[in-house]
Amino acid sequence: MIKNRIVLAAALTAAAVSTVNAASRDYISVVGSSTVYPFATVVAENFGKTSAFKTPKIESTGSGGGFKLFCAGVGVEHPDITNASRRIKSSEVEKCASNGVTDVVEVKIGYDGIVMANAKSAEQMNLTRRDVFLALAKQVPNPKGGEALVDNPYKTWKEVNSALPDMAIEVLGPPPTSGTRDAFVELAMEGGCKSFDFIKAMKKKDKKAYKGICHTIREDGAFIEAGENDNLIVQKLESNPKAVGIFGFSFLDQNSDKVQGSLVDGIAPTFDAIADGSYPVSRPLYFYVKKAHVGKIPGIQEYLAEFTSDKSWGEEGYLVDKGMIPMPNQERNQFAADVKGLNVLKLTK
Amino acid sequence: MSKQEQIRTMDRVNATLKQRYGRERRFRRFGFFAVLLGLTFVGLMFLSIISKGYSAFQQTRILMDIEFTESIIDPAGEREYAVLSSANYAGLIKQSLRALYPEVKGRKEKRELYAIVSNGAPLVLREKVLADPALIGTRTQLWLPADDDIDMLIKGHIDRTVPESERRIKDNVVAWIEKLEADQKIEKFFNLTFLTGGDSREPELAGIGGAVMGSLYTLIITLLLSFPMGVAAAVYLEEFAPRNRWTDLVEVNINNLAAVPSIVFGLLGLAVFINFFGLPRSAPLVGGMVLTLMTLPTIIIASRAALKAVPPSIREAALGVGASKMQAVFHHVLPLSMPGMLTGTIIGMAQALGETAPLLMIGMVAFIVDIPGGAMDPATVLPVQIFLWADSPERAFMEKTSAAIMVLLGFLIVMNVLAVILRKRFERRW
Repeated sequence: MIKNRIVLAAALTAAAVSTVNAASRDYISVVGSSTVYPFATVVAENFGKTSAFKTPKIESTGSGGGFKLFCAGVGVEHPDITNASRRIKSSEVEKCASNGVTDVVEVKIGYDGIVMANAKSAEQMNLTRRDVFLALAKQVPNPKGGEALVDNPYKTWKEVNSALPDMAIEVLGPPPTSGTRDAFVELAMEGGCKSFDFIKAMKKKDKKAYKGICHTIREDGAFIEAGENDNLIVQKLESNPKAVGIFGFSFLDQNSDKVQGSLVDGIAPTFDAIADGSYPVSRPLYFYVKKAHVGKIPGIQEYLAEFTSDKSWGEEGYLVDKGMIPMPNQERNQFAADVKGLNVLKLTK
Repeated sequence: MSKQEQIRTMDRVNATLKQRYGRERRFRRFGFFAVLLGLTFVGLMFLSIISKGYSAFQQTRILMDIEFTESIIDPAGEREYAVLSSANYAGLIKQSLRALYPEVKGRKEKRELYAIVSNGAPLVLREKVLADPALIGTRTQLWLPADDDIDMLIKGHIDRTVPESERRIKDNVVAWIEKLEADQKIEKFFNLTFLTGGDSREPELAGIGGAVMGSLYTLIITLLLSFPMGVAAAVYLEEFAPRNRWTDLVEVNINNLAAVPSIVFGLLGLAVFINFFGLPRSAPLVGGMVLTLMTLPTIIIASRAALKAVPPSIREAALGVGASKMQAVFHHVLPLSMPGMLTGTIIGMAQALGETAPLLMIGMVAFIVDIPGGAMDPATVLPVQIFLWADSPERAFMEKTSAAIMVLLGFLIVMNVLAVILRKRFERRW
């Protein structure tokens, strides 16, 4: 039919035009972690406003999804930079290499604290990582003693630790797809898990079983997966003073009138405590640059310079205003120098 | 005998009459309550969204005395574009703030003071100077956007009465703002930036203009592709295709496609349009093509229903006076079924306007500041913008989210009302 033919012709011309367009891209394409997204976007916006280059496009795909796209190959149809809330895995490096992405520059940008918080109207919690593990793990050491593991019997915080309030355990946290959940499990749960000597001893013998114990969160309703949206968790905490939530530090910072951070190992989640490393639950944030694209896509070097300048990631930079915890001076200089020389990542296992 | 039976039937009718009336009343009441409940929830939703979002249409600004000092903007006095373009306009604002609050001393306090004006304010000055370099050396009063925290304070979303430690804005800043209030130098204005601007990480500079344009391009592509294809498919299947096992299979598949979750179309779009054809990620063109796949079944089904509703007598009359099959369809059946087809198309478009899941896969869930200028530029769409803002930590994005929902609902209502009007005005019943 004529109409069909016209449509087909239109689609084909559009496709032809686009292949021409795709052959050159005049903006930086960034993918990756939703945790780094709020920081990378600020840098991108400032970069776009103060330079002659276009504002980079930033997709929020999650760390894993970002690496998948990033490692798909070299060329304008693939992203130039991926953000990650964890370090690149050796399997991902191999995947990259097999697709021709061999030279990758790693940039650590700062830290993000993970906080446990409850509503202001409730009592502030003073937790240890051991309490967190006992309250949230699927299997815990038998409370009656011994080295046997039992399904988590604890119903209230008081049962976990007599110093804690007599309140049912109800924790709102991110789902397993989230980088925040990975980091929380690794830093808080495993930290508490290790405090039992017999479990710690297992690490050497049977790493898989050790991880199974330390990284598995209970599924009997005490831990509630509240979705990736941290704002939602804050709202739920406000309406339910009995619940405790797990989310990123920047959300605590923005909502300090509604929620209070719980002390972990006696340290309150404040900006300074996370920055000097005394608050135990914080993780580094990264981004990775495809070296082959530097010089091909306009502005990458300038974008890197903007990101690693003192006015953005420095102690008084605009990233700090958005809730990112800066690295110490020396580390910053080290990474800035790496970026300047485009030093390629060498993965030491 | 027969008379007796009749009375007996009447008795039976009378005996259950009350019960049957009661049943009917109960059924009606249930129906009424169901509708009432639905309306209450819709009302609650609108109330909550509007009460949270209406304030985003206003934006706090601060009246400032700006002196366009030549030594700061253009020390050489050459008025070159490059110099004027990259001059230190933030310095002008800082200078004015220092003049306003001479008592502020110390690095930390000065930083707090400079933060009450938006990061976007220097850009306002930059545009003014670039448009009219004669401003340099003069002094004028300008309304400049305030920072989002100050905006929240003025709008009452930050409570001044709670203790200082629990407030984002400290007492000294509140004192500065109260001084501005007393001098009537801080006011709320209609927020044009919200309607025309692109996305931003600063809530006071963020707008839905970019997302609206992205939605527009995406929907145009969707309409251009899906309407002709859908109508052609419907006409062929309904009027020309033979009835056999193959057309049955096609029909089953079309009905199936209408029920496939939209994310599947996103995956398909990623595999076919982006990976195979090499079309760019995040482009409205690809978004429109993916949404076409999604809306096609809706349009085909609605169009076929509209064609079926045209009485056979019309076709027979046309054929009877010597029209060919094609003439009968294009001159008589198609025009009569057009209102129904358009209604189906508009409803399909409204569905496409509210879709986010398939766009996630093709890279349209992204932070894009520049307003797209065509179907090939990276873009995002309205519902994605809402999703991204809902996930932002800044308090001020909450009202932006609700306001963006209001705009989206506005578009949806307009489209659906249009569908109803089309149906009411042009649809013929036989």
